[in-house]
Amino acid sequence: MPQVMTQDDMRRSLHRIAHEIVEHCEGAGQIVLVGIHTRGFPLAQRLADAIATFEGIAVPVGAIDIGLHRDDLAHRPTTSLAGTTLPVDISGRTVVLVDDVLYTGRTVRAALDALNDFGRPAAVRLAVLIDRGHRQLPIRPDYVGKNLPTASSERVSVMLAEVDGDDDGVWIHAHDPDRESSPVGTETGA
Amino acid sequence: MSFLTTMGMDRADLEVILDLADEFVEVLARPIPKVPALQGKTVVNLFFEASTRTRLSFERAARALSADVMNFAPAQSAVTKGESLKDTALTLKAMGADLMVVRHSATGAPWRVAEWTGLPVVNAGDGAHQHPTQAMLDALTIRQRFGKLEGLRVAIVGDIRHSRVARSNAFAFSSLGAEVILVAPKTLQPVVTDHWPVTLSDSLDDVITEVDVVYLLRIQTERGGLSVFPSLPEYVARYGMTRRRFDALSPEAVVMHPGPMNRGVEIADSVADHERTLILNQVTNGVAIRMGVLFKLLGGER
Repeated sequence: MPQVMTQDDMRRSLHRIAHEIVEHCEGAGQIVLVGIHTRGFPLAQRLADAIATFEGIAVPVGAIDIGLHRDDLAHRPTTSLAGTTLPVDISGRTVVLVDDVLYTGRTVRAALDALNDFGRPAAVRLAVLIDRGHRQLPIRPDYVGKNLPTASSERVSVMLAEVDGDDDGVWIHAHDPDRESSPVGTETGA
Repeated sequence: MSFLTTMGMDRADLEVILDLADEFVEVLARPIPKVPALQGKTVVNLFFEASTRTRLSFERAARALSADVMNFAPAQSAVTKGESLKDTALTLKAMGADLMVVRHSATGAPWRVAEWTGLPVVNAGDGAHQHPTQAMLDALTIRQRFGKLEGLRVAIVGDIRHSRVARSNAFAFSSLGAEVILVAPKTLQPVVTDHWPVTLSDSLDDVITEVDVVYLLRIQTERGGLSVFPSLPEYVARYGMTRRRFDALSPEAVVMHPGPMNRGVEIADSVADHERTLILNQVTNGVAIRMGVLFKLLGGER
């Protein structure tokens, strides 16, 4: 199970993305960072912390649960819902969606639909830690931590201290037929 | 999978529904309180007993999840021409129902509908037997107020014998860790309570100072509730939530009622409108709980 990102790699990538976000948005005044549950939310918080350090601006951070907007609800067991919390009205602001792994694009599609229920942002951008390819929808990220060519049969695990309790890192696994019982990480990206 | 009764459900089963409902409370507070989770599903309300609020609550819940709703009312249907419950249920299934919400005056009717149709069924009240979504919305209301049910004392007061709400609530509250006291005149107590997780009392004044929740029931005249005590004024004197009794409650205690309430009978006017009377919270939570139940039954793998 090769490790493709260490804790230090992850920190550097997030700091670079934080700079890019501020640069592209011409200041951070109108930005809202919205993390997609589960691991997008702590990543959004880390980006906000970085922006606060570099720019001295407190960017609002929200979380969005896409469980009610999935297009595969009929095929997947019901998961519990983590809830959506948006600290400010997103109408007229630039929303940066944050997720750990971008894969088929279906999660992002669901998140865009979910955002619609809350208002009409001036723009929506997408920041991901890993882009592993294999898109099934016309969606592309604006900010990428690492482009990671993968086979569909492989699995990408992102571990974050806030969620998983261990050191940060990203690993790539060959397909594990018994992955329900795999002790490491979770299936990420959808 | 169906949702028919709170009897035999353990704490984890119940908490899954409460946790889902918490999320739907948030959804209902959004600028656009509607999500596409059950798009393309059809929910049938099969109500053989008069009910407006429960049917509307299920309808609101289904629509907020983007499901389609068909309402069946026997008065305007072929039931008046002699159609059986089974044929009615199978007919509605053939029209494309994915789930049935059943209310019927006969105990067990929702179980039979589930057997006949093979569809998920939600029991919206069967006779004097069970009304499990009522119990869950009440549990949610209490949990919102106190954080948990564990260790709370809940008095359920009134016409216990004819009440499906009392039965559903007693089992749900008890599984969630609350202590349940049923308070009623002897003639309105259940005949057999051996397997009920409750204690019994025939005096509201004996327990009023020690409870956290007073749950009032309506006197059900349609089920013979009036014939078993001497007069309404006597009932009010001994079991009504009068202002005097309300003032004897502990300062954090709350009053609940499943509705529709009879002001001046089981609940005094000034109590009904008090901030610590949670009746409208119960109604709001009813939609969220029913969304949780519908989502749990229809949102997953089948």
